[in-house]
Amino acid sequence: MTQSRTVLGPDEIARALTRIAHEILEANQGPQDLVLLGIPTRGVHLAERLAGRLSDITGEDFTARTGALDITMHRDDLRASPTRAPQPTRIPADGVDDKVVVLVDDVLYSGRTIRAALDALSDLGRPRAVRLAVLVDRGHRELPIRADSVGKNLPSARSEHVSILLDEVDGQDAVVIEGGAA
Amino acid sequence: MKHLLTAAMQRDEAIALLDLAEDMHQIQDRDVKKLPALRGRTVVNLFFEDSTRTRSSFEIAGKWLSADVINVSGKGSSASKGESLRDTGLTIAAMGVDGVVVRSGSSGAPALLADWVGRPVVNAGDGTHEHPTQALLDAFALRRRIHGADASRGKALDGVRVAIVGDIAHSRVARSNALLLPALGAEVTLVGPPSLLPQPAADGTRLGLRAETSLDTVIAEQPDALMLLRVQLERQAGKVAPSPAEYITGWSLTDERLARLPKAQIMHPGPMNRGLELSSRAADSDASTVLEQVTAGVSVRMAVLYSLLASDQGGSR
Repeated sequence: MTQSRTVLGPDEIARALTRIAHEILEANQGPQDLVLLGIPTRGVHLAERLAGRLSDITGEDFTARTGALDITMHRDDLRASPTRAPQPTRIPADGVDDKVVVLVDDVLYSGRTIRAALDALSDLGRPRAVRLAVLVDRGHRELPIRADSVGKNLPSARSEHVSILLDEVDGQDAVVIEGGAA
Repeated sequence: MKHLLTAAMQRDEAIALLDLAEDMHQIQDRDVKKLPALRGRTVVNLFFEDSTRTRSSFEIAGKWLSADVINVSGKGSSASKGESLRDTGLTIAAMGVDGVVVRSGSSGAPALLADWVGRPVVNAGDGTHEHPTQALLDAFALRRRIHGADASRGKALDGVRVAIVGDIAHSRVARSNALLLPALGAEVTLVGPPSLLPQPAADGTRLGLRAETSLDTVIAEQPDALMLLRVQLERQAGKVAPSPAEYITGWSLTDERLARLPKAQIMHPGPMNRGLELSSRAADSDASTVLEQVTAGVSVRMAVLYSLLASDQGGSR
């Protein structure tokens, strides 16, 4: 029987993002050289939200240090799926060379998206370091990849479907699990 | 989309392809001009006619998408030994290539090839018929000029008035643009010597569009863009065509005519005959999109190759 349950609501998502913003600053020992790159679609909105929090905390404007990194052309399943339309990549004007790039995505699952993002990033320059921040880590990694900051660890079955809803795209903030054994 | 044989396409399909080309265009700003999307794919450029920019543009597009690109030209191939188009196509297909880009002097050759080889075929210009990637790159370059480079995505060419000037009857560039630009909402007028305009239909339109013989009349209407076609000396043998002097008097974008067009974009598919289709001042003016069209050509052809070859399951659109 298909079930649907909300595991994170708007307040929990907001708190998780605030904590991630602090973790990013702590790990970097300050705001210097930080660049946030969201992975379309929802990662971009999460990166923008994190940029807002980082601006509030540090007093520096993170808008110009936030961008989007499309990974479509670097996917390893292009052949097996219908033609995918890429989305725009926006890189901050100062580029990524010698920066600390924080990749931001909504869900960490197989790790293949992040593998593609690392490849895409290496075509754009050579960051000093690359970090990963995700709202939800649902496990089932297929590659040796881990996140530096996680909003919520969400053990899930492969048969379950994890949906991240964001106000900018979906009109509400929620993390929902559907399907699988209850 | 399984092949790209014609520029006749739906408005949504054209906009999606131009938007994809915008994504590809971003590679121009990068140090590493390489995307892995077509890694392991092989594309053959089968060119039975001379071409520098189209062939090299397709070659660069394929290589930037990490495909292996092989150029086969008509001269020096077995076609010059009398092999038929069908046998040449089947031979190349039998080598396991994934896509064929074909340029031919024979109108309709790419469509025949598409039926025979069973893999995606791109028409890179066939006789006096069509040159769809040229029309797409023209639309791409014009859209960027009209809306701005950063604001073109998702937009069409609604109400943009374009005059296509020259040997319309023998121009595959004109024919493809006459299909694509109106689909994007542009108002196209064909301008040329009476002997070089296509035959009129019963309602007086030519290729379904308004036609004029006087360039000066059209200039007085202040079009948004003037697309000058190359005077194709190689296609006019024995044809009733004006002499170069007559052509310049009536249909060349001279310095004097340029002065009457303060706001129009000046487009030319190249190669240009300076002094014949347009003056050097027109070709080098800020209004000229000629080099932007060449750059656009790579991005548009990347978008076409990606659409046709990236997925084994065919296009989603």
